[in-house]
Amino acid sequence: MIFTFIIPLLFAIVTLLLRGDAYRVTRRRFLIAGALLHNACTLSIPFLHGEFSYKPFIDVDSLGFVFLILISVIFTATSFYSLGYFPLKRRSAEKESGGHIYVSCMLFFLAAMTLAVSTTQIGVLWIAIESTTLASAPLIYYRQNKRSLEAAWKYLLICSVGIAIALLGLFFVVASAKGLNVELSLASLISHAKGLDQKLFRLGFILVLIGFGTKMGLAPFHNWLPDAHSEAPSPISALLSGTLLNCALLGIIRFHQISLAAGLGAFSSRLLMIFGLISLVVATIFITRQKDYKRLLAYSSIEHMGIISLGLGIGANFASLLHVVGHSLTKALLFLTAGNILILYRSKNVSEVSGLLKTSPPTGILFVIGSLAIVGSPPFLPFISEFLILKTGIAGGHTIAMGLYLLCLGAIFVSISKAAFGMIQGKKKEYIWGELPKFMIAPQTVFAIAITLMGFYLPQYVAMLLEAAGRMLGTL
Amino acid sequence: MNWILIGIVLTTFIVLGSPRIVPRIKAVAVQGGLLSILQFIMRGTLFDIHSALLLAITLVIKTVVIPLLIFRSIKDVTQTVEKEQAIGSHLLLLMAALIAVLSFSSIRLLPLTSDVSLSPLLVPSALTTVLVGFLILVTKTKATNQVLGFLVLENGIFAFGMTIISEFPMMVEVGVLLDLLVGVFVMGIMIYQINKTFDNIDTKVLTALGDVE
Repeated sequence: MIFTFIIPLLFAIVTLLLRGDAYRVTRRRFLIAGALLHNACTLSIPFLHGEFSYKPFIDVDSLGFVFLILISVIFTATSFYSLGYFPLKRRSAEKESGGHIYVSCMLFFLAAMTLAVSTTQIGVLWIAIESTTLASAPLIYYRQNKRSLEAAWKYLLICSVGIAIALLGLFFVVASAKGLNVELSLASLISHAKGLDQKLFRLGFILVLIGFGTKMGLAPFHNWLPDAHSEAPSPISALLSGTLLNCALLGIIRFHQISLAAGLGAFSSRLLMIFGLISLVVATIFITRQKDYKRLLAYSSIEHMGIISLGLGIGANFASLLHVVGHSLTKALLFLTAGNILILYRSKNVSEVSGLLKTSPPTGILFVIGSLAIVGSPPFLPFISEFLILKTGIAGGHTIAMGLYLLCLGAIFVSISKAAFGMIQGKKKEYIWGELPKFMIAPQTVFAIAITLMGFYLPQYVAMLLEAAGRMLGTL
Repeated sequence: MNWILIGIVLTTFIVLGSPRIVPRIKAVAVQGGLLSILQFIMRGTLFDIHSALLLAITLVIKTVVIPLLIFRSIKDVTQTVEKEQAIGSHLLLLMAALIAVLSFSSIRLLPLTSDVSLSPLLVPSALTTVLVGFLILVTKTKATNQVLGFLVLENGIFAFGMTIISEFPMMVEVGVLLDLLVGVFVMGIMIYQINKTFDNIDTKVLTALGDVE
């Protein structure tokens, strides 16, 4: 288990030392090798039965495992995509650099995210989420121009302050356990949960929710997110949206677990619901009049984080986790495809893109599938999870929340489909760079097939895993 | 101990109120030093190797390394008296004073201070420092000042950490120090880049991104 964390870290340090253009190919090999080894180690976890783990510092439970698989899959896809994307980008007129920093930051980022999802020690969890910010800030600054600098500065400052608030919250949570003789592991806190000082724990939970919520992109702390997602290179946007937000989400889920065990489930659920709804509404407002398709996708991430938060709040645990899976895969698919569009049209404006289906049929088809899936139309996976959340919500009597939820989903459905279909239809545009390489089509194709098939049939093993993870959030 | 806490609050006010950048950075350095000593006292144990070492590390990082990093990042920036914040400095100081009054008067609301061995000033001072750090962050527009605001905020959180330091010493120290050191390092690089790209470090120039055209 520990190898999932050690290998990327080691590779990151090695690639940091390999400077200069001469080692470009070597660095790429390290990136791919790191991704594939991470896959192998992740897949071996269920068969190792807890060997090589250093509880509670490295301890993958079924909740963490869901997130770990997502990180591993999406990271591999983006690494392969990078192989096609960056050489093509360098050929275009834009002056772009990043060089040896890029690969090592990617690997550091992978290591930090892996640690964040595979620890149950809340101090280590906090450190890991903090390091994801630091590892990814240089990635957002990849283009090294004014706009990316602005995005990176906002990201760094807002998320650092957010994380600092989360630390304060952590102190309050720890202070609430004063005199109980607990360790800072999740298991220990949960088993002593009944004895926690409720007033302090409530304060702590609010602060943690605000802190990690900033990182997760919950409105009204989401300001960094559209800028960072639109200015980062597309593979990085895919990583940020598909995996980084999930890490912060898991941070919140961990404290929600403690809260449930402490008998404060109603309190934390209500907070999650409120922030989820605010995010949904804010995202809807900004999506409606969005002209930049990468920002559109970024706001859609805020929307989906809102949906997940709302789902957890109303107790639809299985559906929310399913939605985490669906959103991550779909959004990675969409951001990578957006990278293709950006290369083909060299513009982020929705109005300047048209005729995608004719210009590059594979990209066009992938974009159609992705857009349909993200707005929640059947038969794709996000539809199933959004529907399950709705069902649970209505069964639980949250009529007003569910009404608002449906209203927002409807408005977003209209806005995104309108933007997407404007981009797809129209006349063909001539290629500038020839055919897109395979590496820029294959990763998205895998995601597209996955979300389509999982919309029809959820494999038994996946369902079992998600149910086990959902049970960890069951009210005690 | 009370004198140290008063010193921490005062340095916070200097960071907020001083018109020049150099005294501000020095004030943050002094505040870091005061916090390291506070932490040493709070640990209670006299001279064991561990706490002496921690004192040395926190002192070096908070009073030497971080201020030097900031000094380095603004080396090429022309230093002038600044009139940059959105709100005038008198009003700003008044707001900070109000924050301090409210924090010190709301002391009974937070049940953190049930421990009699703690100074009753600890929690209000920490709260003041955190909130004024926020005030600095939102009202100043120069990148360096925002980093200083962030440092004050972190120092306040560190002071909060003193309430649990007897039980979880590592948690507090590792968390805060790691965060600060690496964070400021990355921010220092960014300030340098902002200066290089825009010829100044005022974040008011960072307005290209947004949803409204």
